[in-house]
Amino acid sequence: MKRLMLGNEAVAAGAYEAGVRLASAYPGTPSTEITESIVKYQEIYVEWSPNEKVALEVAIGASIAGARAICSMKHVGLNVAADPLFTVSYTGVNGGLVIMVADDPGMHSSQNEQDSRMYALASKIPMLEPSNSQECKDYVKSAFEISERFDCPVIVRLTTRIAHSQSIVETADRGNHELKPYVKDAGKYVMMPAMARKRHVEVEKRMAALKDFAHETSLNTIQWGTTDVGVITSGISYQYAQEAFGDVSYLKLGMVHPLPYKMIEDFASKVGTLYVIEELESLFEDQIKKLGIKVIGKDKLPVIGEYSASLLKEKLLGIEQNKTYEIDNESPGRPPVMCPGCPHRGTFHVLKKLKLMVTGDIGCYTLAALPPADAMDTCVCMGASVGMAHGMQKVRGEEFGKKTVAVLGDSTFIHSGITGLIDVVYNKGCSTIIILDNSITGMTGHQNNPTTGLTIRNEPTKQVNLELLAKAVGVDRVRIADPFELKEFEKIVREEVEADEPSVIIAQRPCALLKGVKYEGPLRINEDCRMCRSCLRIGCPAIVDKGDKIEINNALCVGCKLCTQMCSFNAIVKAGDKNE
Amino acid sequence: MSDLNIMIVGVGGQGTLMASRLLGNVAMQLGYDVKVSEVHGMSQRGGSVVTYVKMGKKIYSPIIEKGEADIILAFEKLEALRWIDYLKQGGALILNDQQIDPMPVITGKAIYPESIIERFEDGGIRLFKVNGLQIAEECGNTKAVNVVLIGLLAATTSIDRDIWEKAMEQVIPQKVIEVNRKAFDKGYLLS
Ligand SMILES: Cc1ncc(C[n+]2csc(CCOP(=O)(O)OP(=O)(O)O)c2C)c(N)n1
Repeated sequence: MKRLMLGNEAVAAGAYEAGVRLASAYPGTPSTEITESIVKYQEIYVEWSPNEKVALEVAIGASIAGARAICSMKHVGLNVAADPLFTVSYTGVNGGLVIMVADDPGMHSSQNEQDSRMYALASKIPMLEPSNSQECKDYVKSAFEISERFDCPVIVRLTTRIAHSQSIVETADRGNHELKPYVKDAGKYVMMPAMARKRHVEVEKRMAALKDFAHETSLNTIQWGTTDVGVITSGISYQYAQEAFGDVSYLKLGMVHPLPYKMIEDFASKVGTLYVIEELESLFEDQIKKLGIKVIGKDKLPVIGEYSASLLKEKLLGIEQNKTYEIDNESPGRPPVMCPGCPHRGTFHVLKKLKLMVTGDIGCYTLAALPPADAMDTCVCMGASVGMAHGMQKVRGEEFGKKTVAVLGDSTFIHSGITGLIDVVYNKGCSTIIILDNSITGMTGHQNNPTTGLTIRNEPTKQVNLELLAKAVGVDRVRIADPFELKEFEKIVREEVEADEPSVIIAQRPCALLKGVKYEGPLRINEDCRMCRSCLRIGCPAIVDKGDKIEINNALCVGCKLCTQMCSFNAIVKAGDKNE
Repeated sequence: MSDLNIMIVGVGGQGTLMASRLLGNVAMQLGYDVKVSEVHGMSQRGGSVVTYVKMGKKIYSPIIEKGEADIILAFEKLEALRWIDYLKQGGALILNDQQIDPMPVITGKAIYPESIIERFEDGGIRLFKVNGLQIAEECGNTKAVNVVLIGLLAATTSIDRDIWEKAMEQVIPQKVIEVNRKAFDKGYLLS
């Protein structure tokens, strides 16, 4: 059957057709829909793991136990999973093991634009890169075959434009992949020095075999056109190149590591000008230049940001941009904002009011770094808020520490904040950590996590008790507070930052977009308003300053009533109330 | 048919996704190659959102670039202005006459650009302006703005009406199909 599918959905279909039995992941844009789509297949065991390292370890276990397994994450997730990654390269697999990683050139929703191909090189693991949804599905199936044939994990790399574009896919039935027998084999699966030394030899042999394979496989193809120009490319760049160059000759690399050197030399010898087109790092180009081949590439093209057909036309062919209408279109930006009713709004209002130094973290709450909240000083990677607050306190002293809080979400705390907290306690810090418990992984679109009490399939499960967890690692001061009770919340924060020991505040209030969360409906501002503009200070997108009056947008307001606490004149009332 | 490039622009949460799914379905029925591209994640939180729909004999890049859009379907005025450079010479701008203030305007750090519609008219743009919210409300559901706009878009193309009807049947949930049929009809008749 032919269907329009996201690259991510097509990956899920490929996993299904390949007979995958286990899928593990930690969410992250642009990879999240892979696992959300796998949920539709009842035959596959699927889970959100607490972080990418655990996700990969789960998949490695499944593979060694004889099943085909797939593990998905965004590019920075592979940093977290890098430890098992480098060593599973040595152990190899039993059932096929495929690692999906989604890069984000241009940083549509990421904190950096690292190029995951570097990991394939560094860990000596083969990597495939599809260029549309059909290839997403086909390559995942090929990846499982390669994994089992060469006894190694295989990484399949996507980029945002592949993961989040829909194109036509022909689907098929699920193939039958029996569980392979599990055979105890310490020489292969216990990586102590003596065994690992032997396995490293196997890794090198495998890479040599894969280099030969790179020449046989139909993943790498030459598409002959006119031969005055040749283009070596992969993934989305292949699409941009075809649009920019038209009917020239292409060497399309479906397998981006290891590269088919002989094929490249042969191609280069048959074309005139040779272009190498790859987004981000100059991975192909560096290798091709080492072969003594002259190419045009990063001398003309950026290592920063996304490519496009028009960028290639402009930089490589000197073709100017299309004509556009001449209209003055200076426009104010429309940055994403915390939603009306967002529980984080209360927390950051208080932190700003108290003028605290805030080491922040990654989630919806990172939006607090932008105006109007302006209440976050740092954001590096998931979980970093806690360790950073501790480090700052250690060098700047306790007084500074008392003006500092670390802030992170529930999912982020479980992902990698808990280890930071243990450090604070163990090394006698006195940081205050605020866990924003909104009962969901919000930023990536509402995934369950160990604190929500539900699995990825919405089945009830044990729920991590954050209060007991903090106490168990040695935090004596653990407070639970409602960020929408502004006065009480402020009092608690004041007390805890003052304390000479570590403290944890669990700010509890569910995300306003969760199904079960119902407020009473829109508010409005009545004639008692004195235009003091206090309500505007919470930075709610539903409250609008019209110059001569303040208005609440009826379509946006959910009625969370946070703003009513800002008003000294009781001028904010329920819209439609008769006796207001 | 020569390639048809449609850009859908709006504010996160305005229902642009349904519009792109309808267009994708239409392209499939016509037997065209098609690519639909959107960026998820951060943009859902009330930010500026853009979706590209490209259909034709063979589609390579999923992205529409400056001066390439045959049609821009704009759910909000400021967003229409922001992306107007993407309209091809002679292309059509279908504009939902609605204003949603972005945060910099709400906080007084920026002003909402004035006389946006006049700028389009003076610039010689083929403009189809519609009060989608009001029409959708008349049809019985304010959420049907997207289908009002699709109705109008449908009328500006040469694609057979039956195909749109069938797309709606396949994409829109049964319980709201009647409201959406009405919304489509009203949009279609506006052109
Ligand atoms: C290593 C890594 N994995 C995944 C992500 C993607 N990501 C960004 S924020 C986030 C989760 C945020 O959830 P939570 O901490 O509960 O905060 P909320 O968004 O709900 O406020 C994820 C998964 C990332 N940035 N880095």
